[in-house]
Amino acid sequence: MSARNIFARPARYAAIAPYLWMVLFFLVPFGFVLKISLSQTAIAQPPYLPLFEFTEGWGALKAAFAALSLDNFRLLISDNLYIATYLRSLVVAVTSTLILLLIGYPIAYGMARLPQRWQGVAMMLVIVPFWTSFLIRIYAWINILQHDGLLNKILLALHLVSVPVVWLSTDSAMYLGIVYSYLPFMILPLYATLAKLDPALLEAASDLGAAPLATFWLVTFPLSLPGVGAGVLLCFIPIVGEFVIPDLLAGSSSMMIGQTLWLEFFTNKDWPVASAAAVALLLLLVPPLLLYDRLQRRTLQGEG
Amino acid sequence: MTEESPEIDAPEIEEAVLPVKSAPPAEPAADMPLLRIEGVGKKFGNFRAVDRLSLDIRAGEFFALLGPSGCGKTTLLRMLAGFETPDEGRILLDGKDIAPVAPHQRPVNMMFQNYALFPHLSVRDNIAFGLKRAGMARADIATRVGEMVALVKLDGLEKRKPDQLSGGQKQRVALARALARRPQVLLLDEPLAALDKKLRESTQLELMELQRRLGMTFIIVTHDQEEAMTMANRIGVMDAGRLEQVATPRELYEAPRSRWVAEFVGDINLFEGEISSREHHRLNIWTRLAGTIVAAEPRQRVTQANVSVAIRPEKVKLSRRGPVSDAGTSQAINRLEGVVTDVSYLGGLTVYKVKLDSGAVVRSSMANTARLDFDAYSAGRRVVAWFTPDDCVVLEQ
Repeated sequence: MSARNIFARPARYAAIAPYLWMVLFFLVPFGFVLKISLSQTAIAQPPYLPLFEFTEGWGALKAAFAALSLDNFRLLISDNLYIATYLRSLVVAVTSTLILLLIGYPIAYGMARLPQRWQGVAMMLVIVPFWTSFLIRIYAWINILQHDGLLNKILLALHLVSVPVVWLSTDSAMYLGIVYSYLPFMILPLYATLAKLDPALLEAASDLGAAPLATFWLVTFPLSLPGVGAGVLLCFIPIVGEFVIPDLLAGSSSMMIGQTLWLEFFTNKDWPVASAAAVALLLLLVPPLLLYDRLQRRTLQGEG
Repeated sequence: MTEESPEIDAPEIEEAVLPVKSAPPAEPAADMPLLRIEGVGKKFGNFRAVDRLSLDIRAGEFFALLGPSGCGKTTLLRMLAGFETPDEGRILLDGKDIAPVAPHQRPVNMMFQNYALFPHLSVRDNIAFGLKRAGMARADIATRVGEMVALVKLDGLEKRKPDQLSGGQKQRVALARALARRPQVLLLDEPLAALDKKLRESTQLELMELQRRLGMTFIIVTHDQEEAMTMANRIGVMDAGRLEQVATPRELYEAPRSRWVAEFVGDINLFEGEISSREHHRLNIWTRLAGTIVAAEPRQRVTQANVSVAIRPEKVKLSRRGPVSDAGTSQAINRLEGVVTDVSYLGGLTVYKVKLDSGAVVRSSMANTARLDFDAYSAGRRVVAWFTPDDCVVLEQ
């Protein structure tokens, strides 16, 4: 028996853990959602049909299966409202992710260049907002942005504006809220890759005649791409489904998919359509995930 | 060269057209070295990494900066590359102060200790990196990269990424990348430290051969004295930010100028003592541990009475029985009696430790010239360790 075998068994069991987690808390619930999305709305408790009644035997189960329909998905495609919501969600997510990258990259870069003992402090400062509830922080923004809020008071005091500006219930307020909330998720993976970057590589670039800006674009940036990918995904995916921030800070003229889900589920009590919308959202997120996976694999192959 | 002036006569043009690749670059003024370091100092906080150091390096030289870790050799090299700025002093390259020149504009290139290859670029792109920055034409870059790949024998690996290369191959890419721009001076920071012993030895020879062929000036930083001795024309031994001695390998080994150098470069036996008398270029030195030692008087007159006598182990011979015939090599022979305490067989030679009656230990290394040596000395045997006055180096305290 080699030493390796002693550790092989527990290691194999440990490897099962994430799959078990995924099955229990993702695949099984997703199965429910998928099933509901294929059902019909009904005034009942729960508000959809067909239901699987295991007590009524095989025949009933088969009938229930036969009753499943794609009507809800057809509705999603045929109704401009849903398509518009999806598009808006994508536009908001792409725009905010770009803003986050533009703000987060310099911050992460600066952090990675700090003296070692200050890096920990900077890291703390990035994480500190998490100590306050997310909802409270968004409400605080409402306070700051409202008609007689802090921002307008400052602008008026500085004579930059003569009448209070409408901030709340605008897209600007929503983007502000999103960027504010998601910035740490962009900074942390970027910082992690930039801090790992060997300073000798930058010296080598400079030694070989690259001016500082060229060094950045030819060495630093390409080598930080895994961090960029992780940060972009960590922000993009939850922003697409974001509900709280657009609901509290944006105007009611257009909605994001998260808001539509909420509306269908709680106001219209239309579980099947809400589920179909959720399934469609998931499908929407698959392509960027696959793309990221491909990129990751390519980097790994390059390294291995 | 051809643009100079229209009225050059024919023979001169012919000479100008000749390839100058293999010849070392002609010096404008014979007395001006390629690189002059003048009173350069660098402090990190309170630590004096380089202490008002001055050094001249000639064009075409293979110069080694040798010293223990923390002696300031790497800091000095980094100042030449431009990664550190001297606090004081000047660095002149070709007579011009290079202090205001940014690292990316200096005509020197560096080979980094851990190679610092760009992991996201292929071998070809790593080598071409500096050429592209120099704004070289595409076709010329391809030609030069091809030359470099052939020079360091990396053919067929151009498309690989650094992580798909062995340690020795990475070392070659780093070398090719640093050489590609044909720098006036190539700086090498511990270039062989990451290679195993066999590969290191063959690479040493290749580096020497390459340097001779290119006629380029190499400055290498190393803590490995064997490496420095093998490769360099001249060695600067550094300690605590200062140059202890600048000399050829042979001079450094046979005539170290200080006790520190003697102990750092190679193995040595040291006896502290006092000069008791001088006669016919011979010094009689009384040592507490080895009695009176007769030593040849060094060329530089010893002014102090307190000295150390240093003898390299290979100069100390052992013999079984008492008085040894001195066969006219010198009138007096130093004999120290003791007991062999330790025998280390190293293949080509054997190192013996002999404990003298005074308690001092003398090391003797003797070449194993015969395959079957029935006369080998074993531990516990009483022997005479002997050496001639000319074998002794007298160092002032």
